[in-house]
Amino acid sequence: MGPTYWWMLFGMALVTYIPRMIPLTFLDGKEFPPIVSGVLRNIPYAVLGALIFPAILFVQEGNILFGMIGAGVAFLIAFFGGGVMSVVLGTIGVLAVYSLFM
Amino acid sequence: MKKSQFLAGLRAGSSIAIGYFPVALTFGLLAKTAGLSIIEATAMSIFVYAGASQYMSLSLIALAVDPILIVLNTFIVNIRHFLMTASLSEKMQPAPKWVKAFYSFGITDESFSVLATSKNDKISTPFAFGVTLIAYGSWVIFTAVGHVIGANLPLFLQAAMAIALYAMFIGLLVPSMKGNRKVVMLAGVAAAIHCVLYFSGFSAGWSILVATLASSIFVEVIYAKQGKNAEAMFEKEEAV
Repeated sequence: MGPTYWWMLFGMALVTYIPRMIPLTFLDGKEFPPIVSGVLRNIPYAVLGALIFPAILFVQEGNILFGMIGAGVAFLIAFFGGGVMSVVLGTIGVLAVYSLFM
Repeated sequence: MKKSQFLAGLRAGSSIAIGYFPVALTFGLLAKTAGLSIIEATAMSIFVYAGASQYMSLSLIALAVDPILIVLNTFIVNIRHFLMTASLSEKMQPAPKWVKAFYSFGITDESFSVLATSKNDKISTPFAFGVTLIAYGSWVIFTAVGHVIGANLPLFLQAAMAIALYAMFIGLLVPSMKGNRKVVMLAGVAAAIHCVLYFSGFSAGWSILVATLASSIFVEVIYAKQGKNAEAMFEKEEAV
């Protein structure tokens, strides 16, 4: 690929690192008014909602059912108190069986 | 104490490592087909370490797009991390700036989710190192492995493992949703907004950013207005 590739890589690394580094390094959460703190504390749950849906429906191209089964199984295991690892492995297991027989 | 925090971090991050395994393996394989050497492909995982933008760069490289545009695209996809690390800054144990600057490199959607939903009041630095290290290790190693062996997992297993990261997100979210209407609203509103934006043709990077911010502000404003009275809040929700 040549030197252009490495310059591009350097640029990609830089613009990926900056949004990760600057807020975490230079904010300590004490400088915000309560409403801003409240919004920041909401972000993890909002991010999870946005990350899961609708992308989970498209994990298998052209087969929304696959993602729906995965979502359902994961939700059930998590709802009945399974830890994150059991949710991940259990969902993979069920979908592996599904893929084998479908 | 410190060591046990680090080990707890490794354990908490191990589900990310499993989730990254098929994604990194596939990235390595695709990089090879896009013409990248094993050094170039692995270097991208080592230095950039951002799944979605790495995948996108491959398709853009294949289309011979101007590298400057690829860098710009990477920035746009990763702007959402500003929100995540700003949110995380409130929860992190105080540490020297260079230490924070160091482990902040390891903040991804996934490590952020694990750290931000951890039950600890303050997240200790060794815990953050444990979570980010095991995830990063998995990403880098399996990129290289994917380039060498290709995605030789049996097809049914490959298909099933594609769900891993989403299953992990659900596993992190659901326990917090139980008995907490605010969390349910936050996730639901963000998912709904993301859906609308996504199907309107916005890129995933932007729509996740906008949906997250809009939902976090909207729900916070409602709560600030209504106080903590769940009944009143529920009625308000229906009226909207």
